[in-house]
Amino acid sequence: MRASVPFRRIVQLGIKSLLLHKLRSILTMLGIIFGVCSVIAMLAIGEGASYEAQQAIKQQGSANIIIRSVKPAEGGGSSGSSGSSSRSSASEYGITYKDAGRIQETLPGIRRVLAARIIRDEVRAGQVAFPCQIIGTHPIYQEINRLQVVRGRFLGTIDETYMNNVGVITASLAERLFPSTDPLTQQVKVGADYYQVIGIVRERGIEQKRTQSGGGNEGQPLDSNLYIPLSTARSRFGETLIRRSAGSFQAERVQLHQLTVQMDAPDLVESAADQINAILVKFHEKKDYEMIVPLLLLKQAEEAKRRSNIVLGSIAAISLIVGGIGIMNIMLATVTERTREIGIRRALGARKRDIVTQFLVETVVLSVGGGLIGVVLGIILPFVVTAIWEMKAIITWWSPLLAFGISALVGVVFGLYPASRAAELSPIEALRRD
Amino acid sequence: MSRGAIIRIRGLTKVFKMGDSEVHALAGVDLDIEEGSYVAIMGPSGSGKSTMLNILGCLDRPTAGTYHIGGKDVTHLDDDELSSVRGERIGFIFQSYNLIDQLTVLENIHVPLFYQGKDLVDCAEHCEELAKLVGLGQRLDHRPKQLSGGQQQRVAIARSLVNDPLMILGDEPTGNLDSKTGAEVLDLMDRLHAAGKTIVMVTHGDEVAKRAQRIIHMKDGAIDREVVNRR
Repeated sequence: MRASVPFRRIVQLGIKSLLLHKLRSILTMLGIIFGVCSVIAMLAIGEGASYEAQQAIKQQGSANIIIRSVKPAEGGGSSGSSGSSSRSSASEYGITYKDAGRIQETLPGIRRVLAARIIRDEVRAGQVAFPCQIIGTHPIYQEINRLQVVRGRFLGTIDETYMNNVGVITASLAERLFPSTDPLTQQVKVGADYYQVIGIVRERGIEQKRTQSGGGNEGQPLDSNLYIPLSTARSRFGETLIRRSAGSFQAERVQLHQLTVQMDAPDLVESAADQINAILVKFHEKKDYEMIVPLLLLKQAEEAKRRSNIVLGSIAAISLIVGGIGIMNIMLATVTERTREIGIRRALGARKRDIVTQFLVETVVLSVGGGLIGVVLGIILPFVVTAIWEMKAIITWWSPLLAFGISALVGVVFGLYPASRAAELSPIEALRRD
Repeated sequence: MSRGAIIRIRGLTKVFKMGDSEVHALAGVDLDIEEGSYVAIMGPSGSGKSTMLNILGCLDRPTAGTYHIGGKDVTHLDDDELSSVRGERIGFIFQSYNLIDQLTVLENIHVPLFYQGKDLVDCAEHCEELAKLVGLGQRLDHRPKQLSGGQQQRVAIARSLVNDPLMILGDEPTGNLDSKTGAEVLDLMDRLHAAGKTIVMVTHGDEVAKRAQRIIHMKDGAIDREVVNRR
């Protein structure tokens, strides 16, 4: 048998004939470019969104169960956090110290229970006043909530025992209150009491913008906090909190605002959550608490991500198929247009497979070329989206490969039919055609 | 004169099915063509000469009968093998030149070698020589559309020689040319014949046929009569 045509020559032939019709080639590629670009960009944005959600949840700890006091639903907002209701009667609700004790005593596998009071008030330093959250809690709060101590120290057991008037502030609050002085030498004032600043902390992994937009549903802005010992909070603030908002009063009696139950292991969380619920239901006639199980939320978030990936992936796949049909359409037209050329080549010794290869190379070059451009655009686009809409976008390592692979496959699949049609032309017929 | 038959055809039959009826385009043709001869096949349309040409050029297969080229039986070859025979043993010259528009003169001449796996860089010299032979040595980088009909046909002749074929098969090569350029092309064919090439030409022009040694007249799918030119 004679030597066959070197593959690279056939590839050159295909590229050459594509270059002959540059505009047509580029237009044909557009479908694939957009398809690949959207696959990568969509997956990146989806991945980024779910990453943010998962980080927020993970921040709360996967072995944790969080119970929050919620103002029972009576007409107005049930979240208990916004406080914009105009009623001024004192309402008593929420988790109690007893609840905390019961949970700790009855449930097996509990590592520790962390109680916290969350009070909204203005924190003053000299002439500067700033609305923030005063969180009365135990020293282990730092560990459970993964606070990073930037300077000084967090609350200690001694502070708690002696109800010391000491406080730890978040870094952003420190910047606002003490722009020019060293916060650690200063005191902050809440109501009538002064608290010595003993440390500055930063909450890890939470971006600042969440406090502006997404923080509300969590019930606590995350970046302006003053942490004081729980015992101090109890003695200084009492249990009745009077809140002023828009000229009206609102008095609430809440013992604990938040209870974080940390289990020994994440797999205990689900059953523990049920048991805690069973305990609480007995002592709370109204539903004045809510339970947040980060682990379950995480699972939901993962499920939601899986679904959105399927949806986004399908949309992108459809656009790739549309792109492929575009290629096939053009190639069929090209085959018809070049029937005579095919006949000539066949007469001069080209085998069917040489013709198939030639046309297949053209479609594969179109789709792979489009795929490459699409990959580049698809990698750039998420950054643009991130810059404009402040959405986090994460390009997973496999999404460009997947998109590129599909585009190459599309080239082969949709090129095969036109190419084989070209090759099956009888050379006599093909030569006769004008 | 007789240096052995380069083409040997026995009982060649070609039947086309047209709906229910069958058309016998070739009805048992016997023909020998010697190496170095110059043969013209003539006949009115429908006489079977085009079918004859297609089978001679290995573009089509006979329904029955045998066909040997240069001692090789090509009757029952598959499509790939026929492609090889076309590429290696036959040089085609068509009425409408059939050059590839997007290729240059040099590249067009090279096409048959391309399908034998030979790079243009390796045989550029050979292709250039042939272009010079047909008088187009100055136009190697021109595209077919930039050339006149006669020039295009000369490119086609150069192309038909590039694979050093056993025979050159012409299908009305002067059909699209005026008489002057047609004569120039035929002069070129004469020179090729003089150089020892085997030429088989299908035509219905007497001008063309006059130059051949043998004129085979076909009628109704069979050889009607044969004339031997003595010059």
